[in-house]
Amino acid sequence: MELNMRGMNPELVKNTKHWLMQYAIYLVLLAVIMTIVILEPSILSVRNATFILQQAAPKLIIALGLAGLILLGGTDLSAGRMVGIAGIICASLLQKPDYALRIFSNMEPLPIIVPLLIAIAVCLLFALVHSLLISVLQIAPFIASLGMQMIVYGAMSLYFDGVNNSSPIGGFDTRFTKIAQGAIQIGTFRLPWIVIYAVVITILFWVLWYRTTLGRNMYAVGGNKEAAVVSGVNTKRVIMYVYLIAGLAYALAGFLDAGRTGSATNALGEGYELDAIASCVVGGVSLRGGVGKISGVVIGVLIFQVLSYCLVYMDINPYIQFIIKGLIIVFAIAVDTQKYIKKR
Amino acid sequence: MVSGEYLLEMKNVSKRFPGVQALKDVQVNVKPGEVLALMGENGAGKSTLMKCLFGIYKMDQGEIFMSGNPVVIDNPRQALDIGIAMVQQELEQVPHRNVIDNIWLGRYPRKGLLIDDKKMYKDTLQIIELFNMNIDPRAQVNHLSVSTKQMADIVKAVSYNAKIIVLDEPTSSLTEKETVGLFKIIRQLKQEGCGIIYISHKIEEVMNISDRVTVLRDGQWVATENTKDIDSNQLIKLMVNRELGNRFPPKNKVVGETILKVDNLSSVYSPRLQDISFEVRAGEILGIGGLVGAGRTELLECIFGLRTVSEGAVFVHGKDVLKSNRNAKYSGIAMVTEERRETGIFPMMDIRWNTVSSSMEKNRTKAGFISLKKVEKNTQWAVDAMRIKTPTLKTLISSLSGGNQQKVLLGRCLLNQPRILLLDEPTRGIDVGAKYEIYQLMIALAKEGKAVVFVSSEMPELLGVADRILVMSNGRNAGIMDALDCSQEKIMTLAAKYL
Repeated sequence: MELNMRGMNPELVKNTKHWLMQYAIYLVLLAVIMTIVILEPSILSVRNATFILQQAAPKLIIALGLAGLILLGGTDLSAGRMVGIAGIICASLLQKPDYALRIFSNMEPLPIIVPLLIAIAVCLLFALVHSLLISVLQIAPFIASLGMQMIVYGAMSLYFDGVNNSSPIGGFDTRFTKIAQGAIQIGTFRLPWIVIYAVVITILFWVLWYRTTLGRNMYAVGGNKEAAVVSGVNTKRVIMYVYLIAGLAYALAGFLDAGRTGSATNALGEGYELDAIASCVVGGVSLRGGVGKISGVVIGVLIFQVLSYCLVYMDINPYIQFIIKGLIIVFAIAVDTQKYIKKR
Repeated sequence: MVSGEYLLEMKNVSKRFPGVQALKDVQVNVKPGEVLALMGENGAGKSTLMKCLFGIYKMDQGEIFMSGNPVVIDNPRQALDIGIAMVQQELEQVPHRNVIDNIWLGRYPRKGLLIDDKKMYKDTLQIIELFNMNIDPRAQVNHLSVSTKQMADIVKAVSYNAKIIVLDEPTSSLTEKETVGLFKIIRQLKQEGCGIIYISHKIEEVMNISDRVTVLRDGQWVATENTKDIDSNQLIKLMVNRELGNRFPPKNKVVGETILKVDNLSSVYSPRLQDISFEVRAGEILGIGGLVGAGRTELLECIFGLRTVSEGAVFVHGKDVLKSNRNAKYSGIAMVTEERRETGIFPMMDIRWNTVSSSMEKNRTKAGFISLKKVEKNTQWAVDAMRIKTPTLKTLISSLSGGNQQKVLLGRCLLNQPRILLLDEPTRGIDVGAKYEIYQLMIALAKEGKAVVFVSSEMPELLGVADRILVMSNGRNAGIMDALDCSQEKIMTLAAKYL
């Protein structure tokens, strides 16, 4: 980073450096994507854009939930499995009445809201336990969420094995698939419903983060917990609410993702948390807590999705895709860390 | 006196931290419409007492009365609810949020479910204008200067409409003009019937703004006087008066050539040092005094090469050591840090590894593996030379007393045969007997021809152990005195020189 800056206006140098630090990750990703576009111009199409948005939608919902936990200075490795357990529950309860392999073969078709509410209730219960581990027992979020990840995965697999002998759950009710896979046709353009849900949820999160007491307290607890305490903020309650909201987001994402893919196994959601954390970091949500924006999360998720889609589209060796994504995450965290190193 | 006369009374407050009795039977009371100054040296217990009042610490003993009624304060929320607000010495602010958000944190005004940002902005502006301050309410707090941050915190305390406002060193980074502004605010608050508790080391200020002064010393109440009945000399005497007695071993008077020379040293990052020069000779002990935050630790860190230096040089035997990129230990400098637990000992390891950890290369076999035999020989040397009291060499360092831990750290330094020893608060948290032994060791090391530089907040210790005393004030060298011509009053005066 030490360029030769002798003889230049020091104020300008400082501002330029600051600007570079702030936007370095976006510049690099822009360069990568530009390169891809130049190499493969056919990628620029409405069809591809729609696909990207459709895939990004559930990931955005997960990332928004998880971003709150990162903002508190924590993290959540259980996010993917939480999505998975919600997805499996919805899938198992929303099969076509005439489907031959229907799990609950004698059950009347449920109103679509019921399985969703059950999934939400389960996720909120896990989120509540998780938040108590963090706020009351004060376990480090990394370890607490690692434990929760395994517990949720185990619970999900037990259910999956119990109801369907570990074979994929399919044959979804058309009401379910319509919600998750449907689209509004505007002339020749097809706008997927799932994208609209994601936009609505993003707006709700925007209001929550910026316009409610809980949102502002979240920044305070993440930025300087002691300051929040001496200002009379009930930090345990703030932490609990943020976990519950994340749990709600995971449940919704699980419902939609299961419906979108059309079948579900206990592998649903595997690794989603890593994509979501990476997107948040790329979008400028600091792992040190207290710093982050909704717009950053949205941009982070989109950039990451564009990148993944492009790499697949170009038929790049999947192992090389891993290396590229890994490099980007490391770079993003390196830049983030540089911003906050204490100088002495 | 009738207890109804006072707005706030704290009675028989005691608080113990591991190893230290921080407060013992302290009483403080505040009348409505008065400024009570709380004075005392570093570590006298002023901030601890206020933290007990604000519910940050839990008192072991004692009672608090507001307008004659007993109250229980378990956390800051309760303190705020019964009308006590506080500006702490170490500001607690959320760095990446703006001034408004910081001021109203914990009680954001709402319209339905949403925060009423307009009202918040309007209310903030109103207070800022009322007190004629120059703060941008929308500025992010970590972009503000230290003095503006402090002003913002004062605005916050005022905005609670509290009956008791505690200001813990509110002017430590304010300019003179800003201080005048603050005093205007304080007088306004007095007229409204608020009681103000004002903690400061600046005697002029205290004489100027306060109605009464309560003095604490070593965690105990010493006196409460009307400010107009007392002058600054009497006040200093109340603060520092202590029996010196036979607490210090005889000094070494033989001094040799100059070993350490610090030349116009200035540092880059805050707290900044400005233009510091001094010399230390072989066999000499230089004490560094001054208030907390005056830059004493930072000075040692600069010499040791831990801080970025913008100007100046450090010479050891005439060689500029900051220019060479080698570790300070190769230049013959060793340091024992202030925070023994944080930056000194390796608590999970035994005495052997704590002793040899900075001289590993001297404990290897020819093939480069660690030689247990050498480790034990060197550790045994340190135990004998430092008179460390330990059952075995394999005892965990964390099971030793503070004094013996400190001796292990000294031994660790000496294994590198340094010519210069930098000791930061070497007797902090150590009992009296062990202190005497540390002093003996310091003097013995000087006798061997080493240069010893130590920082201390205890003035008797500076006077009793050091040959000369350098007093730091606000990052600058306020003066160097011969210990024989020095007194606690002189140190206090110099410490306030550049405030």
